[in-house]
Amino acid sequence: MKNRKVLNFCGNGFLSLLAGITILAISIFLVRIFSLGSKVLSREFLFTAPRNCMQEGGIFPALAGTFWLTVISISIVIPLGILTAIFLTNYGKPKWLLNVVQIAIDTLAGTPSIIFGLFGMAVFVNLLAMNVSLISGALTLAILALPLFINSCIEAIKSVPFDFYEASLALGATKRQTITKIVLPTALPNILTGIIVCIGRVAGETAPIMFTAATFYTRHLPEGLKDEVMALPYHIYALMTEGTHPETQVPIAYGTAVVLLLLVLGVSAAAVVIRSSIRRKRKW
Amino acid sequence: MTTKIHFVTPLLMMLFAFNLNAVTKNQITCTGSTTVLPIAQATAEAFMNSHPDINISIRGGGSGVGVAALQNGTTDICNSSRPLKSKEISAAKAKGINPVAYTIANDAISIIVHQGNPLKDISIQQIKDIYTGKIKNWKVLGGPNLPIVVISRDVSSGTYEVFNEKVLAGAKVEGSAQLLASNNAVLSAVSNTPGAIGYVGLGYVNESVKLISVNKIIPSETTVKNGSYMLSRKLYMYTNGKAKGEVANYLGFIQSERGQQIVQEQGFINIR
Amino acid sequence: MHKYKEKAFTAITYTASLFTIMVLFALIYGLFREGLPLFNKVSLTEFIFGIGWYPTNAEPEFGAWTFIIGSFCVTIGALIIGIPLGLGSAIFISEIAGNRLKEIVKPVIELLAGIPSVVYGLFGMSTIAPLIRNWLNLDTGLNIFTASVILGLMIVPIIASMSEDALTNVPKSIREAALALGSTKMECIFRVIIPAAQRGIIGSILLGLGRAIGETMVVLMVAGGSAQIPKSIFDSVRPLTSTIAAEMGETVIGGLHYQSLYALAILLFVLTFAINLITEFFIAKRDKK
Repeated sequence: MKNRKVLNFCGNGFLSLLAGITILAISIFLVRIFSLGSKVLSREFLFTAPRNCMQEGGIFPALAGTFWLTVISISIVIPLGILTAIFLTNYGKPKWLLNVVQIAIDTLAGTPSIIFGLFGMAVFVNLLAMNVSLISGALTLAILALPLFINSCIEAIKSVPFDFYEASLALGATKRQTITKIVLPTALPNILTGIIVCIGRVAGETAPIMFTAATFYTRHLPEGLKDEVMALPYHIYALMTEGTHPETQVPIAYGTAVVLLLLVLGVSAAAVVIRSSIRRKRKW
Repeated sequence: MTTKIHFVTPLLMMLFAFNLNAVTKNQITCTGSTTVLPIAQATAEAFMNSHPDINISIRGGGSGVGVAALQNGTTDICNSSRPLKSKEISAAKAKGINPVAYTIANDAISIIVHQGNPLKDISIQQIKDIYTGKIKNWKVLGGPNLPIVVISRDVSSGTYEVFNEKVLAGAKVEGSAQLLASNNAVLSAVSNTPGAIGYVGLGYVNESVKLISVNKIIPSETTVKNGSYMLSRKLYMYTNGKAKGEVANYLGFIQSERGQQIVQEQGFINIR
Repeated sequence: MHKYKEKAFTAITYTASLFTIMVLFALIYGLFREGLPLFNKVSLTEFIFGIGWYPTNAEPEFGAWTFIIGSFCVTIGALIIGIPLGLGSAIFISEIAGNRLKEIVKPVIELLAGIPSVVYGLFGMSTIAPLIRNWLNLDTGLNIFTASVILGLMIVPIIASMSEDALTNVPKSIREAALALGSTKMECIFRVIIPAAQRGIIGSILLGLGRAIGETMVVLMVAGGSAQIPKSIFDSVRPLTSTIAAEMGETVIGGLHYQSLYALAILLFVLTFAINLITEFFIAKRDKK
């Protein structure tokens, strides 16, 4: 009996220790990034272009580049994703086709992002002659985000109770009306969370844009789809590996990391808040 | 209130600078060698200061990346720390691309070791033996009993290509060598590793590492220009056909007196 | 009129999904189309088990074995670090922590799962690598060990979040029954709850595994990059993903080097595909229960 109590105590301690190590490690990671990075943060850092061989100045072109990459790719993903999810959940026939499609989507959702970069480089940059540009990068990111978004849309639509369909159809609404007037509005908050998660993912990806959109240095803001752009995640990578003056550039890399983290974490925090408020409000 | 304006104005700028149908005029793209990167960037900044309507975008990656981009037609200027190989020129011509070289600076591949290493001089043959794995300890060269950590560059590097040609003569670098992606990475690895040996462009050498002479000659403006330093080379920018318009202006600026002064400030050797 | 609209709507969703599906299949097709021609020149066994990788040499060699071993080493290392920490945290959150703590920690973990990998790479390269090199007096801090630590840290939130879901989904009645029969809390956790949540937990580990194998930026920045078979965990390696990323830009379209990188991508794709299928298997079975 005593033995069991000791074991229980040890197990408890061990699990707490593991959780403690995790929390400690992650805290060190975040504190280190924020403490080094916040030193260089200023309005000037956010809103001016790099100067003097990237040793001074800010990251505004990278901020603008990430903004446009995200906006363009997400606006491609949203309509395609929602329509595809509607088809798969409501119209999709025959069954075996649905299964094949579902496997394809799941496979791509788990495919390493560098493979999307390779594909984007072959197809958009070279084959379609879009060169290294905002549009090539945005399309590559869109393909990367599409399977994730379709999956979250499917989840969102499936979470609408079946009663809703039946009630709507019983009242004489057509299938299309049921979907556009009942199902989509009900699923909207969950779809919104899906969008936000995608934004966080897309904004932070480096590998897909390395060879499709990103440039090491430009002073101007992106002005059109054909421009090469700087981007926050690539800026961090480039400063660390191709930078020429580490003593002044590493702090800038940390500063960029803080901006990127605040962006991504801020956006995902919004998703968490939305989701929990939905859960609270849901009455069915 | 003012702070609000300070944040809002740049954000609006970001939104309104963008135009879906814009065909950017006067954009020049440079891609390639990380050795040329500091020169390209510093001259681009100076050039854009005097030509505010021109936008120069610079990407690194390595000379091989630049050459591939030139062949694939995805860049205006290819930065290269080595001359193009005849195979590459014929491949480019087959794709309808005619590479034209512009020499922009002189450089020396500098052999560097850790600050604490007593070695002062090394011969080409010894470097070759180290990189092919025949010499594995510094004591063979009269140094301390310390295993040699070989640091090399990845295969896309022009610095690697020149090193390969002038030192290794085609022999393969031994497998345990660390293949790093940039001059900067080599520099920091060598400065942090007591047994390390590496090579970088002259512009990257600083007091954190020890520069050693090759066949008794230290790389300097004189020894590089008169060719007595064995590992000297030229840095190039390649264009498709003879450069025209703003690209020609930019290249002209780099080769001008002011441009070459910037080259010197970045630690490289001028071509004048 | 209504009928017309119905048809149009169906047609739109149909076209959209056809388009989406085409894009997805195009990606798979594209990979194989570009990569397979390599095998006219290099045999599959030579490619997989060959040791030398000299794609631009006059007599090129395309042996991916060192990269496969590299990927394998850092992934196993990441799992060794990620599994105990991730599972431990998941069990702690779902079984030991009080409700209030749980409500804070759970969303925080989900947030952490979204941190861009390049930030982990930055941390590994400029903080952890120098630290490890100085502590252990190594040649280089960019090695399997450092890469494993960083990758492990990266997959902890993924494993923790999914396993926690699986543990929470174990019906309350089961754990109450176990406790009522007089078992201690730990006995209940290890003999009853974990076996009941087994499939979900394995699914979470496989998800972490897939993520670790496919991760590019961290290994590119932290694993060092020597194409060698490592002799110790403090040697540098060059995983599949970092080879593709490092050499992708320099290839000439249609050349052998270009094809060989696509062949590496196929290899990577097949690996992750297999892992995905197994994960699906575990997760689907759980759902049916």
